[in-house]
Amino acid sequence: MRTLKPVDVVIVGGGWTGLLMAKELSADSARSIVVLERGPARKTADYIDDMDELDYAIRLRMMQDIRHETVTVRHTVQDRALPVRQYGSFLPGTGTGGGGEHWSGISYRYLPQSFKIASHLRERYGAARLPEDHALQDWPVTFDELEPFYWQAEQLLGLSGKAGNLRGKRQPGGNIFEGPRSHEYPTPPMKRPYLAELFHQAATKLGYHPHPLPAATNSQSYRNPDGILRSGCVYCGYCERYGCMIGAKAQPTNTLLPVLNRRRNFTLRNGCWVRRVVVESGKARGVTYIDVSGEEVFQPAEMVMLASWSINNTRLLLLSKIGEPYNPATGKGQIGRNLTHQVSLPAAMAFFPQPLNRFIGAGSAGVAIADFDADFLDHSDLGFQGGGIIYTVCYGFRPMANFGVVPTSVKSTWGSDWKKAALHHYDRTGRISFYGEHHSYRSHYMDLDPTYKDKYGDPLIRMTIDWTDNERRMGAHMSVKAAEIARAMGATEITPHPGLRRYDATRYQSTHIQGGVIMGDSPENSAINSYHQLWQTPNLFVLGASAWPQNPSVNPTLTALALTHRAAHAIRTRSLL
Amino acid sequence: MRRRHFLSLSAESVGGLLIYSLQRTPLRAQSQSGTIRVPLKFFTEKQALLLAAAAARIFPSDDTGPGANEAGVVLYIDRQLASAYGRDRFRYTAEPFLDGPPELGHQGPLTPRQIYSEGLAQLEGIDTLSPEDADAKLRSIERTPFFSLLRQHTIEGMFCDPMHGGNIDKIGWQLIGFPGPRMSYFSEVDSYYGKPFRPRPESLSEILGRPVTPSEDEEPA
Repeated sequence: MRTLKPVDVVIVGGGWTGLLMAKELSADSARSIVVLERGPARKTADYIDDMDELDYAIRLRMMQDIRHETVTVRHTVQDRALPVRQYGSFLPGTGTGGGGEHWSGISYRYLPQSFKIASHLRERYGAARLPEDHALQDWPVTFDELEPFYWQAEQLLGLSGKAGNLRGKRQPGGNIFEGPRSHEYPTPPMKRPYLAELFHQAATKLGYHPHPLPAATNSQSYRNPDGILRSGCVYCGYCERYGCMIGAKAQPTNTLLPVLNRRRNFTLRNGCWVRRVVVESGKARGVTYIDVSGEEVFQPAEMVMLASWSINNTRLLLLSKIGEPYNPATGKGQIGRNLTHQVSLPAAMAFFPQPLNRFIGAGSAGVAIADFDADFLDHSDLGFQGGGIIYTVCYGFRPMANFGVVPTSVKSTWGSDWKKAALHHYDRTGRISFYGEHHSYRSHYMDLDPTYKDKYGDPLIRMTIDWTDNERRMGAHMSVKAAEIARAMGATEITPHPGLRRYDATRYQSTHIQGGVIMGDSPENSAINSYHQLWQTPNLFVLGASAWPQNPSVNPTLTALALTHRAAHAIRTRSLL
Repeated sequence: MRRRHFLSLSAESVGGLLIYSLQRTPLRAQSQSGTIRVPLKFFTEKQALLLAAAAARIFPSDDTGPGANEAGVVLYIDRQLASAYGRDRFRYTAEPFLDGPPELGHQGPLTPRQIYSEGLAQLEGIDTLSPEDADAKLRSIERTPFFSLLRQHTIEGMFCDPMHGGNIDKIGWQLIGFPGPRMSYFSEVDSYYGKPFRPRPESLSEILGRPVTPSEDEEPA
């Protein structure tokens, strides 16, 4: 195997966390940085002709090539895992920018209490009320420590929204349940498409506290602290599963790459499939990868960073035999544990008498309430812990994937009666959705599959995951609340969510997979410290939401960026190595 | 070399609308009479007629407007199956193929082409049946993977960008008031509350002012 010229830092994965870390560390011009990205190069100009639903939303052009690698899933350790053969419950991105190119951009901060959830629940309800099998854990970092880095990430994105808690003062119109912010959002809230306006009015009438979804799509043109100018959103409705053709949605290629491309100490290599991290005598020496020409090479580096999303980060450590694989029978081992997804539900389908123009919108143009998040609701008679946000987002409704939804009063799924109903309801149907907490459990984890392999013969990740009664009861409760809001919005027919049963790998939920390489305050309860640094191998960092001890309801990207900023800051100022 | 097959569409049914040939050069039907012969890439003419008859029962032409026949749904399916998609380009196909719970998704070994090939045998004669008998025939296979794929492809062919062969002259988009891709709704987003905004639909190549290569025509990666 050929050995390449050594570099200071090699980063695996050219998405949000990898390129952000590269930008921060390459600010010191003496440090050489190489980013290895498996997928193709991407840039804003590529997206000018991407408004094709078949190519992008159905054939999934932006996603990892599932022919080459997928995951296997089973519900319990007794079951045989089978491969996810077609994408379903999550959509891992590939190419420069990764999932950050095709995301929706909904960018909440986590709540202060989310970082201390295990102690909070124990204090409030007593250990006996927690699920027997739970693996909930406090984070080794607090909201207050992270706040300045949240603010940095929000400026990077030009986040639009409305503060609900500015330095401890409640702000009407914002999310009053949030932790205190040091600053108002960089750009004002996005315009409200009609369905979001209906939700806003109904939630206000019901006494809730509606607020604009924090959006990484700028509401107006904005220049970030790096000097990158991006235009405001025009609500074309092609965000999730697409790249933004005008750069209004913050993506790694339109925020980080323009800065990095000017730096001579930065190199991005596309088409590079990393297979192993090489560790000798407790120190990472570099990575081996198959390059774009098909040759396997060794890239030596002083510092190795994995930034390839939760599943791939975990898999690379397991394939490289770094750390101890988690064993659910004994609870020992740190790599692969605390796998969580997100309780993401179409909580109620609402059928309206009037047209909604649902093709207008953006992936994060919407309104939410946090009145049912965390412990803001009274759980005493509910039989579950936690909560989440109820929201509606006008992401731009496109017909190939969405045509044909009809109220339950229509019994047929094809033919004249169905067609008549589906045509009538097509632009009169709205969705009230829910993003909820997914606790971690001792029995939910990732390991290497014994049967199925990727295109190079390496084992796939096997996910052992299911819903428990906590998520099922939470989902049922929130569907009732969502249906009440839909009624107040003027819906004439409402189909509540039928209820969660088993974890369903075929229905899209979100691409928010967390855990596998979690952070904690000691090597006894975690794989990495709060700076994403492996306890046993301090020059190896594992970035992103693989570090989450559990899922705290809302979407993880902003927190992943804030924690990356914090780690980069520590590397630059405190010489962690 | 495959013998060339054509699907004959009556010019009356497409009413002088714009049709894209498989070579991507627009063909304008000049008259309101006679027929237009569209070359098929994958199916034989007989197979195409069977599928067209089935798709026309799933999404019929009736008093609520045109359906699968007018939209050219069968042309969409023909091109998709001729492309890498037909050979299972978008699926993990490593063995072993084992049955599992429905939550783990379709686990079968058949490619879309093979599923259609099996399904077509069950459609034999459907193009000569009365609508009621054709519906009965379809109801008898309603629970097969073939039918669910055909239903999905019928909807896709109704509403795809016309460059993919279906949705001829944006007839599906006109039916539902979908404008197609559009560069901006900045002034409409909050000025049409409760009122329909229904601009004339435009295809991707129309808004860009240049041809766009459909993904099914790209060289397989």
